[in-house]
Amino acid sequence: MTLRDILNKLLGRQKTSASTARERLQLVLAHDRSDLSPELLDQMRKEILEVVSKYVEIDIQEGAVSLETEDRMTALVANLPIKRTLSIASSSEEN
Amino acid sequence: MSPSTRIILICSGKGGVGKTTLTANLGIALARQGVRTAVLDADFGLRNLDLLLGLENRIVYTAQEVLEETCRLDQALVKHKQEPNLALLPAGNPRMLDWLKPDDMQRIVNMLAEIFEYVLIDCPAGVEDGFKNAVSAAKEAIVITNPEVSAVRDADRVIGLLNTHGVKPVQLVLNRVRPKMIASQEMLSIDDVTDILALPLLGLVLEDEQVIVSTNRGEPLTLKENQSPAARCYSNIAKRMQGEEIPLIDPSKEGSGMRDKFKRLMQTKIF
Repeated sequence: MTLRDILNKLLGRQKTSASTARERLQLVLAHDRSDLSPELLDQMRKEILEVVSKYVEIDIQEGAVSLETEDRMTALVANLPIKRTLSIASSSEEN
Repeated sequence: MSPSTRIILICSGKGGVGKTTLTANLGIALARQGVRTAVLDADFGLRNLDLLLGLENRIVYTAQEVLEETCRLDQALVKHKQEPNLALLPAGNPRMLDWLKPDDMQRIVNMLAEIFEYVLIDCPAGVEDGFKNAVSAAKEAIVITNPEVSAVRDADRVIGLLNTHGVKPVQLVLNRVRPKMIASQEMLSIDDVTDILALPLLGLVLEDEQVIVSTNRGEPLTLKENQSPAARCYSNIAKRMQGEEIPLIDPSKEGSGMRDKFKRLMQTKIF
């Protein structure tokens, strides 16, 4: 976001189109580069959340699994705030 | 084949961003520097390089006849009258659509590399067979794009494919840049595009009506002594290819008036 974008926001104007272009491109390229369809990404997101919630209680509302891209490298980024650790986790490991 | 010959693919993915215009202008600019240069039109289904160079009436043979040995290479090469260091070779004619294979492209490019110091390959649009043929013969590449979402997206796809084909180095030319629109943040800036595509910038070309005038006449802009803005950009790119250090200008950072300074301030990225 640039200074002009902030000024536009304050004045209730639309964001500059270059900013919009930048954001849209970054999103579409992250998907293009990973060759993952949105459905597949969604399925993966669900499964990741399932696995993680076996061990810790996570805030599903706040959590996000997304693709990010920088310097032609695409990364799967999971941001999952932990509410508390589940006691089952350690006991299941013993079994 | 001469190992020092630079075999450069000029590609974009999307059509109409200026591949052929860049090839024609770089060909002339390099020839004017005294470098023996061949331009190969790999887009034989829809060839246009001959038209932009004003050589459309002088084509007799193509690479196909050379490979079939119905003519010699020097008979198929069309020399530019004003710049005899430049020669054009069309890969084929539109009637024989799927004649050339990657092997054929490699053979013809190797023959050109015996004679010329630069071989510029004008790549067809798209990422299908035409692209794959052209890329198979290339050592390095120039990706040309416009500061528009569709062109940048397609360029990204092509860069990925160049990486898989092992073509290196790959450099970027940003075409049809409008400084005023960048200043008012209604066009992707130079930094935006280079950040997204993560390629070194070989040069930028300013939007210039003279480009259309020059294609009408079949006389590339770089032929002229008195050069228009786009022509200067093309010439600078050719000089950089030859190793000269010509600084890049960021049009959005030009100007010292209050207005320009304010516009620049407004472009400051906060987050």
